[in-house]
Amino acid sequence: MALPKYTETRYRVWHYSYLFICACVFIFLIAPLFVIFPLSFNAEEFLVFSEGMKNLDPDAFSLRWYKDMIYGTKNPWGLAAKNSFIIAIFATIGSIILGTLAALGLSSRYMPYKGIIMATLISPMIVPLIISGVAIFFFMAKAGLAATHTGIVLAHIILGTPFVVITVTATLTGFDHSVTRAASSLGSNPVNTFMKITLPLILPGVISGGLFAFVTSFDEVVVVLFLAGLENTTIPIQMWTGLREQLSPTILAVATCLIVLSTLILVSAELLRRRSERLRGINR
Amino acid sequence: MSSETQQILTTDGIPLSVSLKKAERKNKIKAFLLVVPLLLFLIITYILPIGDMFMRSIDDKMVTNMLPKTFTAMEKWDGKEMPPEEVFAGFYTDFKILVKNKEHGKLAQRLNKEKNGFNSIIKKLFRQVQRNKIDEGQSIKEQIMKVHKRWRDVEYWQAIKRTAPPYTTAKYLKGVDMYYGPDGNILQVEEDRRIHRILWLRTLEIAFFVTLFSFLMGYPIAHLLATLPMKYSNLLMICVLLPFWTSLLVRTASWMILLQQQGIVNDFFVMIGLVADDNRPEMMYNKVGTYVAMTQILLPFMVLPLYSVMKTISPSLMRAGKSLGGTPFVAFWKIYFPLTIPGIGAGCLLVFILAIGYYITPALVGGASGTLISNQIAYHMKTTLDWSFASAMGLMLLTGVLVVYWVYNKLVGVDNIKLG
Repeated sequence: MALPKYTETRYRVWHYSYLFICACVFIFLIAPLFVIFPLSFNAEEFLVFSEGMKNLDPDAFSLRWYKDMIYGTKNPWGLAAKNSFIIAIFATIGSIILGTLAALGLSSRYMPYKGIIMATLISPMIVPLIISGVAIFFFMAKAGLAATHTGIVLAHIILGTPFVVITVTATLTGFDHSVTRAASSLGSNPVNTFMKITLPLILPGVISGGLFAFVTSFDEVVVVLFLAGLENTTIPIQMWTGLREQLSPTILAVATCLIVLSTLILVSAELLRRRSERLRGINR
Repeated sequence: MSSETQQILTTDGIPLSVSLKKAERKNKIKAFLLVVPLLLFLIITYILPIGDMFMRSIDDKMVTNMLPKTFTAMEKWDGKEMPPEEVFAGFYTDFKILVKNKEHGKLAQRLNKEKNGFNSIIKKLFRQVQRNKIDEGQSIKEQIMKVHKRWRDVEYWQAIKRTAPPYTTAKYLKGVDMYYGPDGNILQVEEDRRIHRILWLRTLEIAFFVTLFSFLMGYPIAHLLATLPMKYSNLLMICVLLPFWTSLLVRTASWMILLQQQGIVNDFFVMIGLVADDNRPEMMYNKVGTYVAMTQILLPFMVLPLYSVMKTISPSLMRAGKSLGGTPFVAFWKIYFPLTIPGIGAGCLLVFILAIGYYITPALVGGASGTLISNQIAYHMKTTLDWSFASAMGLMLLTGVLVVYWVYNKLVGVDNIKLG
C-alpha cells in the first residue's frame, strides 16, 4: 500500500491515520485472546500478571491450573468435555445428513416454493437464540427429552443445519450437473452417482458446513441452559457457571485449550475453502 | 410453426408437451423429497413449538376450567350489582370440587393476581367448606357473604368474571408494563415499577450502539482486507476469523480479565497517566463493559459480509473517478460507498439481530445494567416458571426481529447474506 510520490500531504496524513485506525481495530479483535495464554500458566491464584511474570521469572509460571483441570478433585471438566464432544459429534453428523439432502433438493432447478422453504430452513439462524431456546424447550419437555443427551443433540441439529444448508447450497451453485447425467447415462444408479460423483465434488462444502455445525454445538450455551440436567453439563455450561461465580485460573486453562481447538478448526476450514474454490474452478 | 410443434409426439404417441410436463413433475417431486426430512424435522421440533409458545402466551383456561358452573351462571349477570343467588350456588358447587381435588390454592393464587385480597378470603371459605359449615338447604349467597366482608364486595365478583375468557392478552400488556383495570380498560403500572419498558429500551439501545460501533470499526478493516494484496490480507484475515471461531465464553472471560480494576486496560491507563493509580475507573459491571465486549464479539459478523462485497468492487472504478477529477473523498463517497451498501446492510442486520437476542455476555460483564430482555425471558423460564409470560415476551422480541428483517429485505434484499 505504498503511496505514489506525488500524494499531497493531507492525503498522506489521512492514509497513515487510516492504517493506524485499522491496526488498532485488529489489535482490539485479536489481543484479548492472547491475554489468556500467559495468565493460564500463572503460578498464583490471582488473575493479574504478578511481578515474577513481568520479570519472566520461571518460578512465576506453572502448570498447576492445567493439572487442576485434569486431576482436580470433584472437577466437572472431564464429564463436561466428554458430553460436549459426544453431543457436538452427533449433532454434526445429523446436521450434515439432513442439511446436505435439503441443499441438494434446494439447488435443483425444479424445486417448488424455493423462497419460502429456504426461509424456513434457515430460520433457526435468524431467530434470536433465546426464543429458539424457549420453543425447543417446550418441544423437548412435551416429548420427554428434556435433560437427555438426545434432546440436546436434536436441539443442536436444529441450530446447526442452516449452516450446512447455506455452505452446501453455495458449493452447488458452481456444480456442473452434466457430470451426474454422464454417470447416469453410463448406467450408474442415483445412490452410486451421489457417492462417487456428487459427494466428492461437494465434500469441501459439506465439511465446512459440518465445522460450522460442530462449533455451533460445541459453543452453544443458551439452549443448553434450558435443556441440560446435571448429567448433561457441557463445557460452555461449566464456563458460564464458573464465570458467574468466580473467575478461577482453571477456567483460563480450559479457555486456552478451547483457543487451540478453534485455531485448529480455523486452519482446516480455511484449507477446505481454498480446496473447494479450486475444485469449482474459481480463481482469485 | 406453433401448430406444427404442438403435434410433435413421442415414440409412445403422447404429445411431447404432456410427456415433458410429466417428467418435470417427477423432477419436482424428487427435489422436494430431498428437502422433506429436514423440513418435517424443523416443523415438528421448531416451527410448531413457536406456535405452541403463542398458544401458551394467550392461554388463560385455568380458571375457566375450574369454575365452569360459575361462569355459566355469570352470563346472565350484568356485572354491576351483587351477583344473584345462582352465581353463588354455581361458585359453591365448583369450589367444593376444587376443595376435593385440593386445587383451591391454585385458584387463590391466580385470582390474587387479578385482585389483591383473594388469598385470605378463599382460605376462609375453604375452612368453612371443609367443616361443612355451609348449609345447602338455605341461601348460599347469604352464607358466603357472611364468611368475609370482601365476599360482599362486588369488585371481587367482577374480578372473577374477568378471568372467564379462556384467552387473554394480559401477558403482552404486562410485557410493556400495562394491565387491565377493573372495568377492562388498559392502565399503566406505577411509574417506579415500569421495569419492562426500561429493559426493552436498554436492549434496543445496546443493540443499536453495538451495531454502530461494529460498523465504524468494521468498515475500515474490511476495506483494508479487500484492497491489500492477497498474501498480507490472508494473514490479517486470521485476526478476524480466529475470534469468530473462538468460543463466546472464552472471549467474554478474556474481557473480564482485561477490564477488571487491576486489569491490563486500567494498568495501561495508569501508565500513560490518564487516571491516577488509586482512582482506577470501574470498566466492568456497567454499560462500558457490555459495549466493549459485545462489539469485539460481534465485529467479525460485520467484517465478513462487508469484505465479501468489497472484494467484488473493481479498484479501477475508484481510479476512474479520480481521473475524472474527483478528489479521493468524493470518489469514495460517490462511487465506492454506494457499492458497499449491500454489505453494510447484511453486516448491520446480522449484528443487530444477534445483539438484540444476546444475554450471556451482558449478564457476565454488564452488572445490573447488563440485564436485557433476554435475561428476563430466561429468568421467567427458569426461576418464576411463568412460561406464558416468557413466551409472550419472546414473541414480542421475535416480532421486532421479523420487522427488522422485513425492512432489510425491502431495502437491500436477503440474498446478500454470505458466510466467510
